[in-house]
Amino acid sequence: MNFDPHFLWLGGGVLTLLIIASLIGWALSRRSGDDKWRSTVANLNARTNAWWVMAGVFGAALALGRTGTVVLFGLLSFLALREFITLTPTRPGDHRTLFWAFFVFTPLQYIMVSSGWIGLFSILIPVYAFLFVPLRSAAAGDCERFLERTAKIQWALMVCVYCLSHAPALLTLEIPGYSGQGAKLLFFLVVVAQISDVLQYVWGKTLGRHKIVPLVSPNKTWEGFIGGIASATGIGAALWWITPFTPLQAAGMALAIALMGFAGGLVMSAIKRDRGVKDYGALIEGHGGVMDRIDSLCFAAPVFFHLTRYYFT
Amino acid sequence: MTGTLLTIAVRVLCGAQAHWQGAAPDPRPRIYFANHTSNLDALVIWATLPRELRALTRPVAARDYWQKGPVRRHLALKVLNAVLIERHKVTAHDNPITDMIEAMGERHSLIIFPEGGRQSGTEPAPFKAGLYHLAKHRPDAELVPVYLENLNRVLPKGEVLPVPMLGSLTMGSPIQLQDGEAKTDFLERARLAVWNLRHT
Repeated sequence: MNFDPHFLWLGGGVLTLLIIASLIGWALSRRSGDDKWRSTVANLNARTNAWWVMAGVFGAALALGRTGTVVLFGLLSFLALREFITLTPTRPGDHRTLFWAFFVFTPLQYIMVSSGWIGLFSILIPVYAFLFVPLRSAAAGDCERFLERTAKIQWALMVCVYCLSHAPALLTLEIPGYSGQGAKLLFFLVVVAQISDVLQYVWGKTLGRHKIVPLVSPNKTWEGFIGGIASATGIGAALWWITPFTPLQAAGMALAIALMGFAGGLVMSAIKRDRGVKDYGALIEGHGGVMDRIDSLCFAAPVFFHLTRYYFT
Repeated sequence: MTGTLLTIAVRVLCGAQAHWQGAAPDPRPRIYFANHTSNLDALVIWATLPRELRALTRPVAARDYWQKGPVRRHLALKVLNAVLIERHKVTAHDNPITDMIEAMGERHSLIIFPEGGRQSGTEPAPFKAGLYHLAKHRPDAELVPVYLENLNRVLPKGEVLPVPMLGSLTMGSPIQLQDGEAKTDFLERARLAVWNLRHT
């Protein structure tokens, strides 16, 4: 594969953003303030430092091509599923079912991505796992809260594995005049979804007044929502040159990604509230768990994948 | 080598992180006592200790379980350097307390599960007397309570294949046997020291 000069620009752009974020964080940490201010700045800097690591890992996976990317997202699914199941009260009767979820369905789903067998990729979890999960739990002979347990395991597989696997599946799309460039489409998705999260946070922290659903997520405000989604849409439009889209189409796609990302954050917050926790885990310093970072991506990936597949292939 | 692989496997399966809440890692002789819910317990505590402490810390485990088959035997004796004790036919010659005190020697720490067997509930069952006798014989050793959370879901009783699940270990403040403290009082106090470390 020839090296695509676009990646030089994109890598440089990400590097510049991270340097600016680190400099701002450094400047803020030198200013004095009360305890609340200091803890916000410390958290901000922890987040920025984690971004360096995440950007490095993502960049390395893209550089390794389709296999590297599929392996990275497969591992993310595994970690997210582990966090999700930990929070889900399952019973000993679910043990063998969970073993299948972790060690059979998760790898199989990503093998389908890697092989490009989109037909089976699309139905493996919604059809085959859907039928197998209750069967395996029923065979274990525990009927207590049966439907509830089955639904939770199926939901965990759908959101952590099935939805997320649509991100690396972008690499398999055959878009006329854009062959072999799927990595840039994935970059577009990830950058728009993540930057929309960051900008919603920034707009919310600076201007946020009116809460959207205070009982679910006290940090989500209308100001953050509108400001974040609008600026993420603008950034997506400005990135049109790495995609097969026109600037207007790129703006529309970015808007869809940002809206779905918001939806993902909100739904995953509702689950956290219900379980009485603030974060899904503690793997990523300042961010919480893996699921806290990829919630928006899980919701945005399938919609972006299908919009692109329907209109551009 | 096997030790390193084991610690990696433990991280992947249960992402377990030790919270040293009441005691910092220290090479002095200690007796870590924990609630017991899974066959992985001893392994997980051992694997989350800092490398230099792993060499000094010996899990106390049931001989009938760990001597079965070459894999378990190798793990217990060569990797974990476990102290295998008799749980069923205790005699004057085959007394677990003597074995444990001998195994500690000058520099080793022990990991013990004073409930005597795996429990299915979350609250620790009443402790067996072993901890009391150890505390009496080794007043110099620190008794560190450890609470294990969620590990029973990684490998429930009767299952062979583990499922990944985030677990946690909390190390509390060391306790001591008071002058003239009755056996049952001490054992109950020790049990509560473990139970009070839970998060939920």
